[in-house]
Amino acid sequence: MTRHLPWIVLALVGAACLGVVATARGEAINALWIVAAALSVYLVAYRYYGLYIARTVAGIDPARPTPAVRRADGLDYVATDRRVLFGHHFAAIAGAGPLVGPVLAAQMGYLPGTLWILAGVVLAGAVQDFMVLFISMRRDGRSLGELIRLEMGAVAGTIALVGTFAIMVIILAVLALIVVRALAESPWGMFTVAVTVPLAMLMGAYTRWIRPGAIGEVSVIGLVGLILAIVFGQSVAESATLAPLFTFTPVQLCFGLIAYGAVASVLPVWLLLAPRDYLSTFLKIGAIAALAIGIVIMAPPLRMPALTEFAATGAGPVWAGPLFPFLFITIACGAVSGFHALIASGTTPKLIASEADAPFIGYGAMLMESAVAIMALVAASILDPGIYFAMNAPTAVLGTDPASAAAAVTAMGFPIDAATLANTAREVGEHTIISRTGGAPTLAVAMAEIFSHVVGGSAMKAFWYHFAILFEALFILTAVDAGTRAGRFMLQDLLGLASPRFREGEGVTGWAATGLCVAAWGFFLYQGVTDPLGGVNTLWPLFGISNQMLAAVALMLATVVLFRMKRQRFAWVTALPAAWLVLCTGTAGLMKLFHPDPKTGFLAHAARFSDAVARGEVLAPAKSMAEMGRILMNDRIDAGLCALFLGVVAAILVYTVKTCRDALRVDRPTVTEIPAWAAAE
Amino acid sequence: MGSSGMSLFARLAQTARLMVGMPDYDAYRDHLAAHHPDRVPMTRAEFFRDRQQARYGGGGGRCC
Repeated sequence: MTRHLPWIVLALVGAACLGVVATARGEAINALWIVAAALSVYLVAYRYYGLYIARTVAGIDPARPTPAVRRADGLDYVATDRRVLFGHHFAAIAGAGPLVGPVLAAQMGYLPGTLWILAGVVLAGAVQDFMVLFISMRRDGRSLGELIRLEMGAVAGTIALVGTFAIMVIILAVLALIVVRALAESPWGMFTVAVTVPLAMLMGAYTRWIRPGAIGEVSVIGLVGLILAIVFGQSVAESATLAPLFTFTPVQLCFGLIAYGAVASVLPVWLLLAPRDYLSTFLKIGAIAALAIGIVIMAPPLRMPALTEFAATGAGPVWAGPLFPFLFITIACGAVSGFHALIASGTTPKLIASEADAPFIGYGAMLMESAVAIMALVAASILDPGIYFAMNAPTAVLGTDPASAAAAVTAMGFPIDAATLANTAREVGEHTIISRTGGAPTLAVAMAEIFSHVVGGSAMKAFWYHFAILFEALFILTAVDAGTRAGRFMLQDLLGLASPRFREGEGVTGWAATGLCVAAWGFFLYQGVTDPLGGVNTLWPLFGISNQMLAAVALMLATVVLFRMKRQRFAWVTALPAAWLVLCTGTAGLMKLFHPDPKTGFLAHAARFSDAVARGEVLAPAKSMAEMGRILMNDRIDAGLCALFLGVVAAILVYTVKTCRDALRVDRPTVTEIPAWAAAE
Repeated sequence: MGSSGMSLFARLAQTARLMVGMPDYDAYRDHLAAHHPDRVPMTRAEFFRDRQQARYGGGGGRCC
């Protein structure tokens, strides 16, 4: 009993903090209540639920040799200190997702997002990450696709592979769109990001020929370069001759990014991808740590209401749709992210020293990612809601000048004046902050607020804003480059099923696969950039649906494995969150397809436009019949993709039920894990 | 492993390197010496290049 006492106290503290968060009405509460509540929830959940899943549900066995022990080679398979591996795994799962989703979700107030992030991570997200890590660890560190093939059959494996590729395409498009929205018409931001390309190449040359392997050294050099670029960026933005060279429209940036993705993904990795990944990884970890420290020091009050009217009406300007199911797909990473299943079945399972380390790494690192999401939500909520909505609503609602935006946001019920908007833009060194959708600029304004409170005061705000933009753009560009390469290999695998020539991927076939991959995400990026509603509106729900759908697939795999291990009495641990995600993504997918409101449903939107075409009428935002045709085609492709995602989930669900029933009919375990006796040899 | 005896700085440095996919060179050399004394280990520079290609060649294991 005495060993449980501190945990009971912690649970009570957490409950009290959550009580304050949930019941405060009318007065602004301090951000630290949310932070304290979240930390208590994480610690208690890890100690009781995380370890329960590891020890009782999965039955980890510290005596059983892991792949790192059994196949030790000092290269891919290396038994690694668990604290070191925690850092590795966390760095691999933390990306832009947990920072952007919560910012977008803040349009409903901070309460729904906070509750979903906490409940989602404990009951779904961390469970998924741990279970996939566990399953892969028992099978020599195989990848998610191979695991599904192994446990559910070749057809299910191929279906999952198709789904994963489609997700990759949408992720790349939405990430690229965030960069476009952050850098358009911003010479300061564009200049600093442009500098990272030659800077990374210099670093690449340095580690290739001058000091091979000196990662720390070259990263410090790179960091100094980045800071100089931010400082000098201000002069560029203020110069009448240089500023126009770095000022681009969204469409120009869109084609620039597509060209960049195509070229960067075929360059040797040591030249651009690897060195920039050093910078983006360390900057990301540093910025997350700084944000945590900054929030604690500043202890800001939350200015966003706990609930806005959009939580009830579902008619918010940032994204359309009711709280259920759309909140649960808008906050993906941070609560539960299917993409993590790919990471947890990647390098991490090959580096685990003992099965006993798996809950700390699988469950624990996901809790940490969730803490990042909580910080992003806090950051968005400390801003004046008027500024938040002026930055995140589409220009179709706001117009483009401060006066029209202030009037529109005030009419929504968040009073703000034009001078405040203009002043905020000036403070962060931008011409305008109106309709800078995508979440990243909002987060950057909030980070500038927090960082400048701690270091430098308001004079440093513009520096910190561009630091935050750079940090987000940097790892998104790395993801675009790395994702295009990964997508290319996925596509080669898929095409290889039809024609083995593609599997080799040498010469023409490799180029063709890269081209197809870039064209695929480029198409959705262009569609998002030219969308009068800002694109985030369309693409983020598609991304959320696909990412949560992959999580559902991973949790269904875990359920199958528990059945085949003859541990089906514990299968509720994975089956319940899987069912919840199937429900959310299924409902959201069907609503995106068939909802009668053209703002939500793709087919209703298409019908409105095709009717107008039949009448010979041009509907805004289209300006010509050709544009009408393009909008129609976009709607139909989005609908098709949505249907594809639904089909993948339905198919995997059928295979799950079938495999579980087959497993029940057999009176012994049927899993294909490396047996303990073989593992011990 | 034996890293429980490592200094905090050494462990942080190792964590940072592994975050970008670079395993410990000394551990690799020790492993080869202990289990495959007949093989010539890669030099530090060769090891760096080999691991860099292994990590990033297929994309780089990054999340959204």
